[in-house]
Order: sequence, then structure tokens, then C-alpha cells
Amino acid sequence: MSYKTDYGRVNGLGSAKDGTHHFWTQRISAIALLILTPLFIIPFAINLGDSFEAVRASYNHPLNAIIAGLFVITAFYHLKLGLQVVIEDYIHGKAMRTGSIIALYLFCTLAGFTGLFAIAKIAFTPLGA
Amino acid sequence: MADVNRGNRPLSPHMTIYRPQVTSVFSILHRITGVGMTLGAILIVWWFLAAATSPDYFAVVDGLLTSWFGVLVLTASVWALWFHFCNGVRHLIWDLGRGMEIDDVAHTAWLTLAASVLLTIITLVLA
Repeated sequence: MSYKTDYGRVNGLGSAKDGTHHFWTQRISAIALLILTPLFIIPFAINLGDSFEAVRASYNHPLNAIIAGLFVITAFYHLKLGLQVVIEDYIHGKAMRTGSIIALYLFCTLAGFTGLFAIAKIAFTPLGA
Repeated sequence: MADVNRGNRPLSPHMTIYRPQVTSVFSILHRITGVGMTLGAILIVWWFLAAATSPDYFAVVDGLLTSWFGVLVLTASVWALWFHFCNGVRHLIWDLGRGMEIDDVAHTAWLTLAASVLLTIITLVLA
């Protein structure tokens, strides 16, 4: 038996049982991406189409590597939050919806980690190796 | 049985006779560009993975991304990125409770479209 009031039990939680956490983290990742997107897209656009050696040399630089790593992680986190809402809106039935959200979470974690690992490997491999 | 007649009730909005407004079109475009960028994000990760693997593998992925199909997908992704970026700024301003008068909403929508096209052109010039 709970001694909390009805209001106290539900205050700030909502139907997803996590309150404003989803909203808040989506805004924070959005603000982070306002900074990271231009910083990422400029060197990426310049490097796309360049040779293997040139791309490796470019992302061997800590500044490019740190920005690219942060961008990939933040982008896939933001993508997970956004696509989760799309799934919740358009996919009906508890099993399909929950399954889709689990698959989305796993996919975004896999893609984000793969991107971060690849960038880190380029950054930590000495040039010419 | 409160919703016993739910299946026969009219659906709103009636999409076939619904006149699109700048508000609704930009709202759904924010979603479409967000979902669409999943493909672009996968291509970027693939490109980095190839660059981290070997020159031969990089040549394959780079060849795909710089083919006409790759350029088409990446160009669309770049516009989607800048549209979502600019429209995201609109959403953040709305979160502050500002710019919600209907005139402001329409004005910032056209501003978003113009800025997204301009930023796309700048990005493509760099590439």
C-alpha cells in the first residue's frame, strides 16, 4: 500500500512513465547538433570524393576526429529519440510497437558505435601505417 | 462501450480534400526529412568504416557515394539536413513561447525554406 497521494504518484510522469526526460534530451541533443552539424559537414563535404590517404590524414587530426565522433553519437541519439516518436504515432499494436522501438534502439546503438569506432581507428592509426 | 461506433466515424483531416497550409506542410516535412536522413546517416557511417578498413574497401564505398545515385541521395540528404536544422531552430524558438502568431509562423517557414536551399548550395559548392 502506498501512502502517496494520487497526484504525487503521477506528477510529472505521463503515459510513457518517464516524465519529460524524452522531451528534454531531444532538445539538448538538438542544441548540440546546432553546433556540431556545421562543424562536421564542412570538413566532410570537402573530404568526400578525396583519396583514401587524404581522408585518413584529415580525420587523423584530433579536431576533425573529435567533432566527427561527437556528431555521429549525437546524431544517432537524436535520430533514436525522433524515430521513436514516429513509431509511437504510426505503428499500432503493443507487440509491433514495442518490438519496433527495441529494434530502433539496437540499430541506433550499433550504427553510432560503428561510426565512433571507425573514426577512432582512423584517428589512432599513425599516418602511413 | 464508448467507442463502439469508432470505425464509422469520419476521419479528420480529410486528406483528399484538405487544402495544404504552410503550417501542416512544414510540420510533415520536418518528419519526412528526419526519417529520410536515416539513409544519409548510414552512408556516412559506412564511408567512415570503409576509410578505417582498407584502401580497396574505401574505393568501393567511395565509388558508390560519388556515383550519380550516391550524389542524388547525398544531395537530398544535405537539403534534408539543412531543412531539419533550420526548422529545428523554429521549433526551439517556439519552445521559448515566441513566434507563434500565425503571421510569424508563415514568415519563418519561408525563411526556413530559403535558408535551407542556400545552405545546401553552399555545402555542394564546398564538396
